[in-house]
Amino acid sequence: MQRRDRQLGLLYALPIGVFLAVAFLAPILLVAAFSTMPPKVFSIWNMPDFSAYYTVITQGYWKTVAWSLGMSMAATLILFVVCWPLAYGMAKVFGRFSLVLTIGVVMTLFVSENIRLFGWVLTLMKGGLVEGYIRAWTGTGFDGLLYNVPVIVFGLCYVYLPFMLFPLAQGIAMVPEDARAAAFDLGATRWQIFREIELPLAMPGILVGSLLTFVLAAGALAETKLLGGQAVIVIAEEVETAFTYGQNWPLGAALAMVLIVIVGGIAIWGIGRADLDRMMGRR
Amino acid sequence: MRTSRLMGWLLVAYGCAVLAFLYLPLVSVGLASISKARYLTFPIRRYAYDWYGEALASDTVRDLLLVSLKVAGIVTVLSMVIGFLGALAFARYSWRFRKAYQKLILLPIFFPQTVLGLALLMWFNTVGIIPSWKTAVVAHLVWIAPIATLVISIRAYSFDPALEEAARDMGATTWDTLREVTIPLLMPGVISAGLFAFLLSWGNFPLSLFTTGADSTLPEWLYAKMVSGYSPLVPTVGILTVGTSAVLLALGLTAALIFKRARAARNA
Repeated sequence: MQRRDRQLGLLYALPIGVFLAVAFLAPILLVAAFSTMPPKVFSIWNMPDFSAYYTVITQGYWKTVAWSLGMSMAATLILFVVCWPLAYGMAKVFGRFSLVLTIGVVMTLFVSENIRLFGWVLTLMKGGLVEGYIRAWTGTGFDGLLYNVPVIVFGLCYVYLPFMLFPLAQGIAMVPEDARAAAFDLGATRWQIFREIELPLAMPGILVGSLLTFVLAAGALAETKLLGGQAVIVIAEEVETAFTYGQNWPLGAALAMVLIVIVGGIAIWGIGRADLDRMMGRR
Repeated sequence: MRTSRLMGWLLVAYGCAVLAFLYLPLVSVGLASISKARYLTFPIRRYAYDWYGEALASDTVRDLLLVSLKVAGIVTVLSMVIGFLGALAFARYSWRFRKAYQKLILLPIFFPQTVLGLALLMWFNTVGIIPSWKTAVVAHLVWIAPIATLVISIRAYSFDPALEEAARDMGATTWDTLREVTIPLLMPGVISAGLFAFLLSWGNFPLSLFTTGADSTLPEWLYAKMVSGYSPLVPTVGILTVGTSAVLLALGLTAALIFKRARAARNA
């Protein structure tokens, strides 16, 4: 029985394992190889000279990296504060309403991200839903709310809200009611219960939610392009520009490697800590 | 320690506010799609449904629809099959590299999709494949097959291994066990994974952007139009795309409900 389990496990893992090796790991290795090539070549059969990394360091690309990471960190923090009460409600208070909320939030995930962001453009632009109605009712309008840094962070918060909300709710559900009741009976205030009981015990959920939000937001592109206009340039956009307009694949690959190393490092660290069997409910 | 009644109501109100916030942009798109004016400004003075007729009659939209459907359809079928097998390895059987395998499955989900699309474009170019809607299927699968695996795994975790063992003890072969026990038990998971796969592929933009070559999917076309300036067809086509997902999702949820009722009735 044990032996058959082992064989079947390996056999069933093969299709997706082989597929990911060919269509996920191999392309990433190719990007790594390309990043070492001299500028503007389109094949990896050249002498590596690592000049693209030199360009990345000397041409001030660290600014775009800093913008990407800074904005995704801001979005992660804001989302944690916004989602905590809601996640708490979903895990401990709501009952049936939890299901309504879950379905309602999941459904937005199936709408193409750029349609939803375009909706915000129509809502926030000059002559859009907000400004247009305010002008019609009060007679005084204002410039649109688009094309600045805060609106990009807002867009990131909007798009990645579900990725913070659900892990957080899962984490809070893991806090035993007894622990909170005991702390309350011993005279702890609401704030002390939050800090000493809920925060540490819900940590796995907080960690997963924050990592997921941060990593996805760090590689985001559409938010900056649609809502931000020319306000800032993020790393994903620099990668795209180098590949398309710049026609400089090694530079694009080197920039992509910077993002891959940061995001991949955080993701591998986070995934390495999570016990997937326990989180997904193995019996 | 109970949460007070007032606090409970405040939380529910907060939840409703968040839901309203999530759907507000879609309301804007919906209103824009029925505005008569060629250049949109709110408040809308005159409403008309002309843009819908124009969108449905347009050849461009029909071609886009066809490409999107082809890609999403094939991605759905393949990720159901790959995800089913992958989920058994993920959740059901204990084997040597299972922990490492679970982590490999999660990585593509975390990976920035724009970069993944570009990496695949370079890969196809190096191997000598010309990008078309077929390469987009591969790109979508890199992201969607792992998600399907996870969705089916949740079902596979609640699966009692004794059922498979019993079938085997009574003389069923591995294939018989798979067909008679494992597949029927995991079917609800496989179907919801298929629904997820279709909807995620249907709405995906960052992966399609670099991997469709000369073909174009609906979200790609919408993005190109949004960046290059306003076209009155954008909100209309957007709403049609969203409407398709909504109808599919409603069908899926209804089917799930009917299935649950039928099973409850059978067990009672």
